[in-house]
Formats: sequence, C-alpha cells, structure tokens
Amino acid sequence: MNRTQFRKLVSSLFVAFCASAVVIALIPLAFILFFVITQGIRAVNVEFFTHLPQPVGEPGGGMANAIVGTLILSGLAALMAVPIGVVSGIYMSEYAGSRLASITRFAADTLNGVPSIVIGLFAYGVAVLPFKHFSALAGGFALGVMMIPIIARTTEELLLLVPGTMREGALALGATRARAVFSVVLPAALPGIVTGVVLALARIAGETAPLLFTAFNNRFFSTQLTEPISSLTVQVYTYAISPYDDWHRQAWAGALVLVTIVLVCSLLARLATRRLERMHARG
Amino acid sequence: MRSQDLGFRLATGAFALVLVLLVCGIGVELARVSMPSIQRFGFAFWRTSIWDPVAGEFGALPFIWGTLYSSILALLIATPIALGIAVFLSELCPAFLRQPLMFLTELLAAIPSIVYGLWGIFVLVPFVRSLETSLPDALRQLPLFSGPPLGLGMLSAALILAVMVIPFSSSVSREVLKSVPAAQREGAYALGATRFEAIRAALFYARTGIVGAVMLGFGRALGETMAVTMVIGNTPQISLSLFAPQYTMAAVIANEFAEAADDLHLSALVEIGLVLFIITLLVNSLSRLLIWTMARNSAPASVTAEETAEAAA
Repeated sequence: MNRTQFRKLVSSLFVAFCASAVVIALIPLAFILFFVITQGIRAVNVEFFTHLPQPVGEPGGGMANAIVGTLILSGLAALMAVPIGVVSGIYMSEYAGSRLASITRFAADTLNGVPSIVIGLFAYGVAVLPFKHFSALAGGFALGVMMIPIIARTTEELLLLVPGTMREGALALGATRARAVFSVVLPAALPGIVTGVVLALARIAGETAPLLFTAFNNRFFSTQLTEPISSLTVQVYTYAISPYDDWHRQAWAGALVLVTIVLVCSLLARLATRRLERMHARG
Repeated sequence: MRSQDLGFRLATGAFALVLVLLVCGIGVELARVSMPSIQRFGFAFWRTSIWDPVAGEFGALPFIWGTLYSSILALLIATPIALGIAVFLSELCPAFLRQPLMFLTELLAAIPSIVYGLWGIFVLVPFVRSLETSLPDALRQLPLFSGPPLGLGMLSAALILAVMVIPFSSSVSREVLKSVPAAQREGAYALGATRFEAIRAALFYARTGIVGAVMLGFGRALGETMAVTMVIGNTPQISLSLFAPQYTMAAVIANEFAEAADDLHLSALVEIGLVLFIITLLVNSLSRLLIWTMARNSAPASVTAEETAEAAA
C-alpha cells in the first residue's frame, strides 16, 4: 500500500469511527426508552393516577399524591424563579456591558454548574434547619434556585436576538427604558422565553437529589406547603431501592410518567423554536 | 439619564444581584453548617478513611477517591465518543440527518437522573455482572479486576456517568468546532489533506475549547448524584478495582443526610458538600475560561457557556 492509499484508509476509518460514536451514544438512549416504555406501560393504569401508595404486600395503589406533589413543587419553583430569572435576564441584556452584568452572567453559569445535591444542602440550611421541619416550601425553594440561572440566561439570549431597531424606535418615540423593554422588546421575545421556561420546568420536575432532605416524602395526600410533600422522583427512588416487585413496577410507571413529561416538553420546545426561526427568517 | 431610567436600572439590577448573592450564600451557608466538623477534625477529615457515624469518626478520603475515580473513568469512556459525535455532527453529517441527530443526543441530557438510576439497577447492573463473570481468570488476577463480580460497583457507575456526560461534552465541542474559521479547513484541503487531516487541523486549532468542553463534562460527572448512588454499591473503600463497590461524595450525602445520627454527622456531610461545591466551582470556572478564550480568539461565531444551559435544558 502506498502512502496516499494509507492516508485515505486512515481518513475513512476516522469517518467510520465518528459515525459509530453517534450510534454508540444512541444505543443507551434506545435501551432506556425501550425499558421505560415497555416496563412502565405494564404498570400504568388509571389507578396509578388516582390512588395513594399501598403498604407493602397490598397490590395496586398509585402515585396520585406524588404527581400532585411534583406539580406543587414545580409551581413553587416557577413562582420564585420566573420573576427573578426574567428580570435579571433583562438586566444582563439591557446593560450588557456593565460590570454587574458580567458578574451576574458568571454567577448564573456557576449556579448552573453547582451539583443539585449541594443546592439541596443549601436549601436545607436556609429553609429547613431554622424551622426544624421538612416542607414543600423548602423543596420548592431548592428547585427554584436551580431554575433561576437557566431562565436568566435564556431570557438574556433571547432579548439580545430582538433587533436593536425595535428598542431604538420605542426610545425615539419618547418611551422610558422600562416602557421600551416591557411593551416592545420583551413581547417580541416572549414566545422564546415561554419555551425556555417550559424546558426549565421539565428539567427540574425530574430532579431528585435536592428534594431528598427538603421536601422529603409523604405517604399521604398533602397540599400543605409547610408539611413534607411527596414527589414523583423521590417516590420512584424509594420504590427502586426497595426489595419488593410490586414497588419496582410502580417505579417503572413513575419513570414512564417522568420521561413522557420530558419528551413532550422537548418536542414542543423544538417545534416552537422551529416556528420562531422561520418567523425570523421571513422577518 | 432620566430618573425613571435610573430607577429601572436599579430595580432590575437588584434582581440580577440575587443570583450573585445566591452563589455567595451557598458557600457561606455550607461553611457555617459545616463549622463544627471543620473545627473538630481539621485536615484529618480529608486524610483518614474511617467513616463511622455511630462512633463519631469521620474520614472522607474514600468518598473523594470514589468521586474522582468514577468521574475520570467516565471521562476516559465519554471523551472519544463525545468528540466523535461533535465531529460527525459538525463536519460529516448529511444535512437532513443533522437536526434529528442533534435532538436525539441532547435528549440524553434531558432524561432525569433518577430514570438513569432505575435503568441502571435493573438493566445495566445485571448486564455488567454477566460481563464481569465472563472475564477470563487470568485477567481477574489484575488489581483492576479483583474482587467478586457484583455488578454493583465502579464499572457500572463509570458507564452510566459516561452516558450522562456525553451530551454535555459533545454539544459544547460541536459549538467550539463551529467557531473554527473555514479558512483553517480550506487551507488544509488546498494542501491536499484528506478529510481526516483537515479535521485534525480544525481539532488542533480548537484544542483549548475542546479541553474546556471535556472539563465541563468532568464538572457534571463530579456532582452527579442519583444515578451513581443507585449503582455504585455505596461502600466506603479505596480500591483500584472496577468491580469493587465504592462510594462518592454526592452519594454519601444523598444516603445519610436525612437520617443523620447527630449534629456532628450532619456537619461532616455538609463539609463534604462544601468541598464538592468548591471543586465543581473551580472545574467549571476553568472550563468556561478555556471555552471563552477559544471563542474570543476566533472572533466571528461566539461560543460561551450558554451552551451549558442549552445542553442542560
């Protein structure tokens, strides 16, 4: 084999390696989805969504309390993170050059990289320790802290995409800065921001570690914000590490619900982004 | 500047400040709660390896070892695959496949950690156990493969971490590769380079950013909790063996915190959390610095740590 042939061979091998890397990464994805769907479908039924967990040994039962718990926790987190995230995103894009903006950007990226279990410890120290009591509020706080940087960075990015001429137009008509932002710039970026919030919600709804010692768990139906509350993820964890087959089936069903939430949100976000991109292209 | 505008700036700035305060708050709060343990044990906490909450003895070395070892193994597995994906998607992929493949690889990052863990316990661990038992006896003599084949242990943890880290490293590397000026590749092709040689030139040009992307994955692996907790076997021991059940910093917090025996135990666990926080902070800052340096040096397409947020979402 001469040198040219050898180089061509190396090149094709390299291309083959890169293509197979994609396949290798997609194999676990396929396996996970396959098992979650096949195992989960067998255990999911109406009872799963309407009943409370049964004690060990009694078949049936569901995760109604955990589903409501996850909704409440995500709602609390959004209530805290959306205003803080969006407004700090506005600050970072409106005063992009300022020192505080770069510090905030750095803080957001740092916060985004903090392990979720550490956020849980922080929430424990701030929202559980002083009250000596696990609570839904503490869990919502932990999830909210995780959600803030995601929303802040998405908002900033999307606001920077809005053409500067729109802002200038508003300012030229005599609008104050606040008016220009809230009536012109923010509405233009709103669909994208909503998409970002939905994705962030999907992500935190799947978090377990920050809830283990903030929201804790609750076998009963509870909507009390000052009481421990159940969540899908913690319930799946409890069932997964238990030695009972019945509970394992329930865990798979819970996983199926979680994965469905994530898949639906990702697909919706994908479609929405596509539409936005097309609008921009036409724009 | 009109006074209303100043008000607007101050009001929005106050919200931005919340993020900064949160980061500082995490550090201060963890340091505060871990104070009893820091004062009691000092540096011995990180040098000894006996962990006995009942007797009040706390040495965290096995957890540090487990965290570092599992994350490094995960990186060794994940990095070539992540780079391969990044190269394929940015340089080689037919246009109609690019969007769907990007969506699928990013889906790997969207699947909740607990689902990885559940799958790990019931599918991956039995598979790894059968792999381990089928290993020839000659190899079993090596320290790398010593011990009984349990399935639960370092190998399962490293494999599951690798899968979880791949989407992060690959999406950032892809963006980094995108920011390599086309002239780099065109120059290589003009000199008669093959595809591999041209891409190698691009990879070399982007090396700083790629190291950053890999480190970002490292940061993720260090802090990953649920999936690792469920498959690593949760035994505090320092062993080179891939078969040995071990323990990580995040896993011990997840397992013991809610049922901590007393205040000292609690404080010791928070100290582990504090160090985990500091390590991930350093790793992430360094990785962002590298990616940012790379992006600034090749001006047009800017890459920042936004990709982190995107990949995460």
